[in-house]
Amino acid sequence: MSTEGPATDLAPADAAAGQLLTARGLRAAYGPTVAVDDVALTVGTGEVLGIAGESGCGKSTLAAVLSLTARPPLTVLGGDLTVDGQHLDLAGRPPRTWRGGVVSLLPQGAMNALSATARVGDMAVDVVRAHRGRVPRSVALDLLADRLDALDLPRRVIGAYPHQLSGGMRQRVVTVLSTLLDPRLLIADEPTSALDVSTQRALVELLRELVGRGLVGGIVFVTHDLPVLRAVADRIAVMYAGRIVETGPTAALVDDPRHPYTAALLSSVLVPEPQVRRRRIGGIRGAPPDLADPPAGCRFRPRCSLATDACTDDPPAVGDPDRYATCWWTRDHPDERLEPSL
Amino acid sequence: MTTEDVPLLAGEHLTRVFGRGRDAVRAVDDVSLALRPGEITTVVGESGSGKSTLARLLLRLLTPTAGRLLLDGRDVTRTSDTTAYWRDVQAVFQDPFSAFNQFFTVRRLMARARRLLGPDLTDARVAEALEQVGLRPGDVLGRYPHQLSGGQRQRVMIARALLVRPRVLIADEATSMLDASLRATILNVLTDLRAETGLAILFITHDIGQACYVSDRVLVMRSGRVVESGPTDEVIFAPTHEYTRRLLADVPRLHG
Repeated sequence: MSTEGPATDLAPADAAAGQLLTARGLRAAYGPTVAVDDVALTVGTGEVLGIAGESGCGKSTLAAVLSLTARPPLTVLGGDLTVDGQHLDLAGRPPRTWRGGVVSLLPQGAMNALSATARVGDMAVDVVRAHRGRVPRSVALDLLADRLDALDLPRRVIGAYPHQLSGGMRQRVVTVLSTLLDPRLLIADEPTSALDVSTQRALVELLRELVGRGLVGGIVFVTHDLPVLRAVADRIAVMYAGRIVETGPTAALVDDPRHPYTAALLSSVLVPEPQVRRRRIGGIRGAPPDLADPPAGCRFRPRCSLATDACTDDPPAVGDPDRYATCWWTRDHPDERLEPSL
Repeated sequence: MTTEDVPLLAGEHLTRVFGRGRDAVRAVDDVSLALRPGEITTVVGESGSGKSTLARLLLRLLTPTAGRLLLDGRDVTRTSDTTAYWRDVQAVFQDPFSAFNQFFTVRRLMARARRLLGPDLTDARVAEALEQVGLRPGDVLGRYPHQLSGGQRQRVMIARALLVRPRVLIADEATSMLDASLRATILNVLTDLRAETGLAILFITHDIGQACYVSDRVLVMRSGRVVESGPTDEVIFAPTHEYTRRLLADVPRLHG
């Protein structure tokens, strides 16, 4: 396992008390393209961690690694996870008991995640039997019914086929099915992206409810949508070109970004607020680097308006493990706000 | 809608019903709207509200069950010459990945406009259309779709639409599949076109943030009907309809 990456230096040496997940040195690649490069992160019990970034930054790959669903052409090169005190070295084959029970994946497209020819109740029976052996059908269905009641969802979905449910309801059903076994950690990969705002809000409330009631221990929520993260996440980690460039409590990161990429991402968000109508929003010039051949030093350097010669060296992580940004400018200007400088 | 000036493109009481009898769905139900030069009109609404059906009616890809379509005040609802219509009204769709023939270079894709333009399609005109959307013709003409980024592809699609110099552009969720950072650049292409060429643009989106950024006028659709319409500042910052208020309340905000 590599230890020279900046994020790893700051990661707590041992899984601190109260941490649900401690992940260290995560590396995963598609052939020569290293899409997740030495990523370390922690999720506290009862916490929602948001992972933000553009397409191609490696956030979905990270979700696959964390949920133990990586399959060729994606290979996990290394790293280890500690979830609720249980340790797992990712270099080996993940044990089947972890998937669905310890970590569970909530995938993006609700329409594709459900079998079109099975009733929701049948799928619940399959999920329960796959993990708990020969459980009577009625026991599995009771489990589903209790969970639907607890979350104020209608019991009628048990007998329904996916096509009889709306898109938003399908996504909520997938959420219920993927958390049926009370996983300690739920990995949600762009769960709200295909939904309109009203169903998006309902799903966010459902996820907060699951964490609030302790049905799941914590959530890693991956999305490109920063306003959604503002609503759902306690902390945010911003990913760029396979690495985490900034992390911090949600409000602190949104209100005072410390990495130029975070600031640029935030300034290209379009929300229905009066200031959006008055100024021209520039977007971020250029494109993310080719991960098969990333630039040396800071990977955001070619697109950054604050870049200097120093940025060709690996940037230091400035701050503490809970609130840091990997940036030379931030190290040299600790008390200056970023936005006016961009 | 009775105003002094004749709108460029107008729909009057447009209705489209799918199915029949008990299964009939009124996807678009008595919708009237007017597009004027140099104006961006946005239709917002959730999935299934009839936004895309409305776009297809305005593009004459679907025939309305009832209502009329007027171009420069002329009734074009049932005229047979769609080729002439498409010289004036062009479209950009949601998915910049599937809208391309994978085996065509950008040059060949653009050359397909010959069906509408004939000998008027010159290299200079192709170059001009690409430059209008901020692409360097030399960079992209020889490339295949997989060699372009998502933002570049969507800009090529806009350039393709602009090639015939339409007076109306219909953009149906044209930015929904792009990252926030690219989205802003595509929306800026649209606002620049509005200012420079006086194009009338109909922008269709479920994202109220984008509607707020680009539009002059906003129509809010729900279950096939327009529930509220007016200047952007009024609809978004002082909505009067209950549904618009609820929709706005559900939009996640960045601060506070």
